Order: sequence, then structure tokens, then C-alpha cells
Amino acid sequence: MATQALDNNVLPVGAKVRIRSIMPPGHVRAPAYVRGKTGDIERVIAPFKNPEQLAYGLPAAEQILYRVSFSAVELWGDEAENPEDRIEAEIYAHWIEELETANAT
Amino acid sequence: MPHDHHDHLSPSGHPYRQDDDTPLSYWQSMEIAVRELLVEKNITTLEEISTQIDKMDARGPALGAAVVARAWVDPAFKSRLLKDGSAASGEMGFDVGPMHLIALENTADTHNIVVCTLCSCYPRNLLGLPPDWYKSRAYRSRTVKEPRKVLSEFGVNLPNDTQIRVHDSTADMRYVVIPARPSGSEDLSEEDLAKLVTRDSMIGTGLAMMPNA
Amino acid sequence: MDNRTDGRRWHDMGGQDAGPICDDQHDFSLWEKRVDALMILCSGKGYFTVDGLRRALEDMGEDAFESMSYYERWIASINQNLIESGAYTIEELGVKMAEVQARGETYGDASLGQ
Repeated sequence: MATQALDNNVLPVGAKVRIRSIMPPGHVRAPAYVRGKTGDIERVIAPFKNPEQLAYGLPAAEQILYRVSFSAVELWGDEAENPEDRIEAEIYAHWIEELETANAT
Repeated sequence: MPHDHHDHLSPSGHPYRQDDDTPLSYWQSMEIAVRELLVEKNITTLEEISTQIDKMDARGPALGAAVVARAWVDPAFKSRLLKDGSAASGEMGFDVGPMHLIALENTADTHNIVVCTLCSCYPRNLLGLPPDWYKSRAYRSRTVKEPRKVLSEFGVNLPNDTQIRVHDSTADMRYVVIPARPSGSEDLSEEDLAKLVTRDSMIGTGLAMMPNA
Repeated sequence: MDNRTDGRRWHDMGGQDAGPICDDQHDFSLWEKRVDALMILCSGKGYFTVDGLRRALEDMGEDAFESMSYYERWIASINQNLIESGAYTIEELGVKMAEVQARGETYGDASLGQ
């Protein structure tokens, strides 16, 4: 089963990740303000059909959807209102790099 | 026959905006054309459209408020709600449709607030249609970066040692905040507790009302 | 469409500067509720997805966001998606819109009193 295959590669809660910094045109669900930023997996939600294919009426492969938690300082630096505040967003697996194995790009 | 919605009051108690006697706009003519083409091609019917409108009209913050009040009085329900928001809301007999719901609990030291920076995703099947400000550029742009300033514009000023968690509803999940139960509400019934739960308190831009307020 | 070349698209607003939040509120009119219903019904029947709705909204660009109302943008996007999925043709739409506009000056007249 497709879901079973996906399960073998699921990132654990707490894993340090970086959101890919590519900036393609078209419909994507990873907001620009988190791209290239580091956070950790807050929870594993479930596999969903990839909205980047559904949006064009195409058959879509399933991708695991995660919630990734970022610190306000990681996203906004000195402009953060409070260093303890967190921002959490839903990010699809294909936008996520595990930090240990992430390339410089 | 489709229902005549002009005879009804909206959930907020105001009459619907009149549009029968204002000049026809280009986009209104497109709506009429699309609707008639879909009916002619048996893709939908006027009854189906009318029923769908009634269904959305019946949904509003009162549904979410009932869920929050149940969570306040029933710790086992609250744990189920935090584990699977859709299933727990369904337990109460609410048809939340295909919505995937995550419930977020405010505590003494954590405040949750929800935004959708990419469009305007909202738990419409539990709270009804979103307020206009939720869809605005100002709210979508600022909330992830300056939630405390945004909250202060809503009259909510949180101490610095309260952690704010901003939830960007970027994909398939929808969010409802379980506001903190106000002090002095210990003796209230579940039904009376629900009256303290405002729409904004379930988005995170407000707090639950104080009893007797 | 977007003219920016840094890749960030107009609708991707998180973290941008913006003015105060305005608390004006309106109740939805019948035609707006019908647009909403058409979206739910057509996506439920598999003609397109909410992702397709968003994609067409995004492709309409920032000017549309600033100058059109929420449900005006929605009907434009719903129509785009229905044409793409073959629910009806552009020609059929053109004929029907001309017919609708010829019925009268008001929404009520053009909608045949419904």
C-alpha cells in the first residue's frame, strides 16, 4: 500500500527540519516566509493528495502533511515581538529537508 | 421551488443585502449563467443549491461554542477533541463534512491564534463563514509576524510571559481555539457556558466573555 | 499575473507590512451565497478541487484582489475551473451570459425572479 511505503519515511515529532528555499511559480502551499527556515516537526498529520497537482486538475500522488513549528526569532530575527512565541504551519513532505542531510541549496 | 431568502434574517440578525433591485453586475450575470448551465446539464438542481445555502446559513459560531463548552465541562471529551477535532465535533451530532479539524487549547501560559496567510482557510463547517477581516490583507500579512500588535487591535493585551502560538492554516487542516474558561463560571450550566464563547475567542483574536459581563 | 522576479507571489502575504485591521462586516447577499453553494456542490461532485479554486484566484493577480469583491473573484475562478473540466464550453457561457444580460436591468429580472 502507498500509505505503508510512506510510513517508512515518516519524520518523527521533534525532528529538526529546514523548509526548501526554492521559489517556483504556480500554486504551492509552503508560504514564502518559512522557506529556507529551520523548525521542528510538531506533529505528523496524514498523507494527502498533493495540492500542487490537484490545483491543475492532475492526478495527484499522496504526500505526508506535517505541522512544523518555528520560533519567532528564526523567522523574524530582531523584529520578533517575543523570542518565546512560535509560528506553526502545515508543510508537505516534499518541501521539507531533514536538517542533518540538508544540502546548502 | 427555491426558497425566498429575502424574507429571512441573517444569523447576525440583519436583513440580507438587497440585490434584486440594484443594477445587474457583470459578475452577477456570470453567476446566473453558470448556475443555469449547471442545472441544464443536470450537474446540479435549484433544490440542491437552495439546500446547500440553508445548510451554510444554519452553521455559525454557536456550533463551535457548544463544542468548547462541552470541552470545558467534560475532560474526557476535551482530550478526544484535542486528539481528533473532527471526530469529537461529530460526536455532538454536528455534520462538519469533510473538514479536518485541529483544536488548540489556551492555557494559563499559552495563547493560540489562527490565520491563513495564503488564502482564507476557515473552519466554516463549525463556525460558519469567516468575518471579512479574517480575509483581509492586513490580518493575513501581519498576524504571523506581530500577533501581539494584532491582538491589541482586537482589545486583547497579553502579558509577555504568555507564549503566543500562531497557527498558519496553510493546507488541509482547519483550526478552532478552545479559549480558557473564565473565572467565576464554575456554577454555570454547559448551555450558559456556551454563551460566553464568542466567534473571535475561537479564532484566537478574543477571549471568552466573563460571566455577568 | 505576477511581475515580480524574486518568486514570491502576491497572495503569499505572511510577514508583509500592512495597515490596521478593519472590522467592517457585511452580510452576504443571495447571489454571493449562491456562488458559495456552487463551489461546494461542484467540488463535491468532482468537477474541480478547492486547490483548483485557489490556483485560479492566485492567477487572477493582485489587481483582482484589490478591485473585485470576494465572491466576484470566486465566481470568476469557479467558471475558469468548470471550463477547464469540461462542464460547459466557453461558447455556451458566452451565449448564456448574453441571454441573461438581455433579460433586464436588475439581478432579480436577470435571474427570472429567482
